[in-house]
Amino acid sequence: MKNAVGREIPDSLLVNGKEVYQGKNYMDGKYIQKAAPKTRRYETPRESKIVDSIVQALKDCGAKSGMTFSFHHHLRDGDYVVNMVMQAAIEELGLEELTIAASSLGAAHDPIADYIEQGKVVGIQTSGIRGRMGEVVSAGKLKTPAIIRSHGGRPRAIEGGEVHIDIAFIAAPTSDCVGNCRGVGGKSDCGSLGYAMTDAKYADHVVVVTDCLVDFPNFPTSVEAIDVDAVVVVDSIGNPKKIASAAARITQNPRELMMAEQAAKVISVTPYFKDGFSFQTGAGGPSLAVNLFLEQYMDERNIKMGWAIGGICGPMVELLKKGKVGKVIDVQDFDLDAVQSIHTTPNHFEMSASQYANPANKGAFVNKLDFVVLAALEIDTGFNVNVLTGSDGVLRGAPGGHPDTAAGSKVCIIVTPLVRGRMATVCEHVVTVTTPGDCVDVLVTDYGIAVNPLRPDLIECLDNAGIPHVTIEALKEKAYSLVGRPDGLEWEDKVVAVLEARDGTILDVVRKIKPFVL
Amino acid sequence: MEILKPAIAGTLESSDAQVTVEPGEGGIELSLTSSVMNQYGRQIKATVLETLERLDVSSARVTVVDKGALDCTLKARVECAVFRSCGASAANIPWGGAVR
Repeated sequence: MKNAVGREIPDSLLVNGKEVYQGKNYMDGKYIQKAAPKTRRYETPRESKIVDSIVQALKDCGAKSGMTFSFHHHLRDGDYVVNMVMQAAIEELGLEELTIAASSLGAAHDPIADYIEQGKVVGIQTSGIRGRMGEVVSAGKLKTPAIIRSHGGRPRAIEGGEVHIDIAFIAAPTSDCVGNCRGVGGKSDCGSLGYAMTDAKYADHVVVVTDCLVDFPNFPTSVEAIDVDAVVVVDSIGNPKKIASAAARITQNPRELMMAEQAAKVISVTPYFKDGFSFQTGAGGPSLAVNLFLEQYMDERNIKMGWAIGGICGPMVELLKKGKVGKVIDVQDFDLDAVQSIHTTPNHFEMSASQYANPANKGAFVNKLDFVVLAALEIDTGFNVNVLTGSDGVLRGAPGGHPDTAAGSKVCIIVTPLVRGRMATVCEHVVTVTTPGDCVDVLVTDYGIAVNPLRPDLIECLDNAGIPHVTIEALKEKAYSLVGRPDGLEWEDKVVAVLEARDGTILDVVRKIKPFVL
Repeated sequence: MEILKPAIAGTLESSDAQVTVEPGEGGIELSLTSSVMNQYGRQIKATVLETLERLDVSSARVTVVDKGALDCTLKARVECAVFRSCGASAANIPWGGAVR
């Protein structure tokens, strides 16, 4: 059945009430029955929940084949915990048919590809999927289609019981002996633990894995001991060099700076750019650089930003410290400046992924967002964005908070070069729709700006300010005139991944790519 | 033109292509790898073969390692490799003739 972004969704996936994507805010006003976990009573007072090993923790939590384990990705490319736990479960306990439900997976998790090939891991639910794991899943080696969700879609699915977590693993930079966790302190600081919060509340069992045990009570907590079954102390939960990058620098690339300048200019001519406005930007080069230019406009007009959310990087922390932003609330910290700032800079707070972006709660932060500036691998003439699959059709990205912030914000601006190497970023049809075009408002490229015709109000703003803009079709033709018109990808029928819209409907599927023969 | 000795042109940088030509045994034997194979493999092949034909190369082993080069880059790299293989790259390039 064709959905609202024109993608053909196989009927075999439309079971148990699953529907195809119908458009923005389709689920508004509907009710969701929240699922409650089955948790164990720890009534007899005990001094400590520390157990000797991950294997012991798995045994204590009744780990068995067929279970779903959850993880969070605050340790990013430095994470050791996913591999550590899966190795213990599969190689030491001999478990099979396991599903990994992670907030994201990345380059650190290549070894999981082996478990997929061996058939030990049969399900993957995640936002990001990259590296070898992306390749083996794209090759059709995972037993069930991977389920890809946004950062807001994931807590929705967990809270609504679509994902039942048997054991949640919390990678904690610090924990006390009963499992009060924080992301600050220790040797593997990551700052916010926002993605782990829903897991801890909705999993049957929760295991904390830490490399820094601190005195009880480890307060204020990100994950509370009242939800934790066991604490395992290991030598290291991650490689600090890869957990948080050095302070994210503003790009020096003139093309990226030019695009950032244009994006800031667009923001400045809308009626939402007024004292107290709210803002989020991605961590990519041109997106991050928008901070710089926006500050100039804020100074000129003598206005301040009310609040910012995200994925937070150093440049936003700088604005906070200068008193140009009222509050920063974050679900994840990308660089050392942000990690060091959370809990020490006044008005820098932590929030859960649900509070950040879940479309099924009673109002996530994204719903009050004025502006978001995002990147794209591809954007098509329907303003649909792909941030998941490469031009060869292989899984190598993550929707992250892209669809959530795009849908919630009043103005969603995509900043991307028109072409990358030989790839046309602006194209006729994106490989995979990860953010639907009805949520995307403005496209800024190095060859011009296009505004979604669904937003005549913004077109008027740009016209009044004398900012030139063209149709997105014109940008696509310009791109093709530079790089040539690409051949379409060829697919087999087999679905290797299902891309859920943030509301739980099916936005797109990724099929197995046909081997290319010249 | 006749390919007299192995020659190479181009780099493995993004948006470039590295083209190697070697003497062949009659006909063009093309080996192509590309970072944009699925979407542009056929166009790259056509561009390389057209360029060789324009240079009147009928026998060669040609290896192209493409990193997303535009057509103009591909043509230039093929031309350069062929001229180098004939020791004809130092002077008297037929600008506007076979090279255009």
